[in-house]
Amino acid sequence: MENKKNTGFETSSLDTVGLNESQVKTTWYQNIKYLVVGILFGIVFVKSEVISWFRIQEMFRLQSFHMYGIIGSAIMVGMVSIFLIKKFNVKTIYGEPIEFHPKTFNKGQIYGGLIFGLGWAITGACPGPLFAQIGTGATVTVVTLLSAIAGTWVYGFFRNKLPH
Amino acid sequence: MLEFLKQPWPWYIAGPLIGLTVPALLVLGNKSFGISSSLRHICAACLPANISFFKYDWKKEVWNLFFVFGILIGGALAMALLANLNPVVVNPKLAKELAVYGISNYDNLVPLEIMNWPALFTLKGFLLMIVGGFMVGFGTRYAGGCTSGHAIMGLSNLQWPSLVATICFMIGGFLMANLILPHILAL
Repeated sequence: MENKKNTGFETSSLDTVGLNESQVKTTWYQNIKYLVVGILFGIVFVKSEVISWFRIQEMFRLQSFHMYGIIGSAIMVGMVSIFLIKKFNVKTIYGEPIEFHPKTFNKGQIYGGLIFGLGWAITGACPGPLFAQIGTGATVTVVTLLSAIAGTWVYGFFRNKLPH
Repeated sequence: MLEFLKQPWPWYIAGPLIGLTVPALLVLGNKSFGISSSLRHICAACLPANISFFKYDWKKEVWNLFFVFGILIGGALAMALLANLNPVVVNPKLAKELAVYGISNYDNLVPLEIMNWPALFTLKGFLLMIVGGFMVGFGTRYAGGCTSGHAIMGLSNLQWPSLVATICFMIGGFLMANLILPHILAL
């Protein structure tokens, strides 16, 4: 429960660490499937130019529908998928029920959201595109990524003092 | 076919494919789509420094690191096999605005004229890459997610806190791109 308390504001599956842990014994090569999903995802990122600084600038200047179309249609497909998973009680490939983790509101979503938004428009990248940009050969993005990791670390360090 | 795939993909192809990542990760192993958590796992793995936020068994979340490493490889494969040799096509209004700041090379997805290794040692490059990156990492964790975890996964699951976060992402982005970034680019 200690872990649960420590990660109270976190929205990832960490919330349930130790609570509803999967009974499936995991071995490292089972993670290969996530690598494959990541590879496909990364290819889509590059080919749709989602990872382009220029596309992000267009989005925040309302000069192109492209990014809105991508994010909007991704949400629609995600929404329908989750609706169907819940309606038909779809199981994982290991036969376990699929779990959803409700997000609880805290002020971090406002303050942190604004800070991330400011950073997103400067770097032209949210965290996913940072990884893809490095893959495309923009080696200097390694520095941006390391700085993002440093930002995450500093948040963890000051977390108890920040308003939530 | 290959020539067709090398063109930039339209939003109505790319968006649904990105959306399908949500059910794919859920069905493959009950994983909630989210990318910025990977930065936290890297902190937990490399420098937990006795900070309670980083004291957890990151190895249980290692799927997320495989996923983001896949994104990096995907980026490399897309460039190696499906690279679009034409420059990025942008709205002429944007091109006109950026030309004022000396940005006219659209050959890469990243504007190499302002984002390159030597530029790191200029004030402009420092703000664009180091300060910008820091805000992305700090802000996403403070908000508890990024575009994937909140805007796509959270909204798909009808979570209203994710809507609040997404609106704030957009407000921050609009403020930066229209009011603050022009001053940085003018440096």
